[in-house]
Amino acid sequence: MRTSDGLSTTWVVIPVYNEAPAIEGVLEDVTALFGHVVCVDDASTDGSAAIISSVPGVRLVRHPINLGQGAALQTGIEYALQDPAMTGVVTFDADGQHHASDAARLARRLGLPGPDGRPLQAVLGTRWAEGREAKRPGGAGPARRLLLRAAVVYTRATVGLRVTDTHNGLRALSREVAASLHLKQNGMAHASEILQRIKAGRFCWAEEPVTIDYTEYSKSKGQSPLNAINILTELWLGRR
Amino acid sequence: MNWIIKVLLVIAVVLITGALARGGGARRLALRRLGLAVFALVVVASILYPNAWTRVARLVGVGRGADLLLYMLIVAVLALVATRFARDRRVQQQLTALARRVALAEAVPPTAPPASGEVPVPPGRPASGAERPGTGGGATS
Ligand SMILES: Nc1nc2c(ncn2[C@@H]2O[C@H](COP(=O)(O)OP(=O)(O)OP(=O)(O)O)[C@@H](O)[C@H]2O)c(=O)[nH]1
Ligand SMILES: [Mg+2]
Repeated sequence: MRTSDGLSTTWVVIPVYNEAPAIEGVLEDVTALFGHVVCVDDASTDGSAAIISSVPGVRLVRHPINLGQGAALQTGIEYALQDPAMTGVVTFDADGQHHASDAARLARRLGLPGPDGRPLQAVLGTRWAEGREAKRPGGAGPARRLLLRAAVVYTRATVGLRVTDTHNGLRALSREVAASLHLKQNGMAHASEILQRIKAGRFCWAEEPVTIDYTEYSKSKGQSPLNAINILTELWLGRR
Repeated sequence: MNWIIKVLLVIAVVLITGALARGGGARRLALRRLGLAVFALVVVASILYPNAWTRVARLVGVGRGADLLLYMLIVAVLALVATRFARDRRVQQQLTALARRVALAEAVPPTAPPASGEVPVPPGRPASGAERPGTGGGATS
């Protein structure tokens, strides 16, 4: 629960929707490295909230109704912004796919010099660095890999950020970036929205290789590849 | 002459899709009321002169008045779907803002010490009714 080095002013924001089997283990890993953790329970119906509130040192914010992952992230970020000492947030999935050690590495890079020499304001997790995801056992299946690749090509073209992984829930954002976010996409399309924000705000960003585990559990819960159609539609309808 | 109805229908579809993307308050309401008035006039007119539809249909290149009515019905349904969609989005955003405020108001603020023993917060009630932590009011966007 004690904080180590530069992480003591970082808040980890974890959107949670029906993750009872996984959440306790995830929180154990995260609280081992981070002192500030907030879970946004999105009206789970499986007792996730009770589990979260039994973990010492973890803050719980509960949506009265289910709003979606993007909405939960926005709520968690606004919660963290209430702490005047907060210097950055890390977004982290509740399904056990992310590693707390990766999150710590991302958070520690905030403020260090980025590619253009300015201090980094956004460090984005990528699973594609050095062919890391290619055929890695426990990695994404072929259909999902293809889909994620397509999403990268599409997002690069529309957002104009040369990222290699556009739908990675693990990222570290400085306070300025966090404060400038006003996610309108309640669903999964928020991932592109965050990138659009980074681009529009001319924030200094970099990518950092991370490992995403596709356990049986996370696969059983994860997104259907068909959901890509919904995300695209939401993105199109979302722009005015 | 068939192209006339095609052009008219295409224009209608484009306008409706355009309306989808645009937000608007009083202006939109005024336009809708105007549309309603025109609609009422047309209905009354077609009751008084039932043959008028066929004549108008001929004019725009459609064979029968009934066909013209069908086309217009399709366009009207499309318009309805589009406006519902835009409205749903607005309502969804208002609902999100409201739910977020409720969620943040009920949570123990980040700067307050964690509730001792971390008592599970029952849904629907604030964590602590009596004490009112002064920090954490600044979560506005
Ligand atoms: N608050 C909230 N969180 C959600 C919702 N749906 C999913 N999540 C959370 O978002 C995180 C990622 O969800 P996944 O469905 O695994 O999405 P993903 O990791 O992008 O997709 P996969 O590659 O299929 O795993 C997890 O922490 C979920 O608990 C939701 O409706 N509301
Ligand atoms: Mg997942």
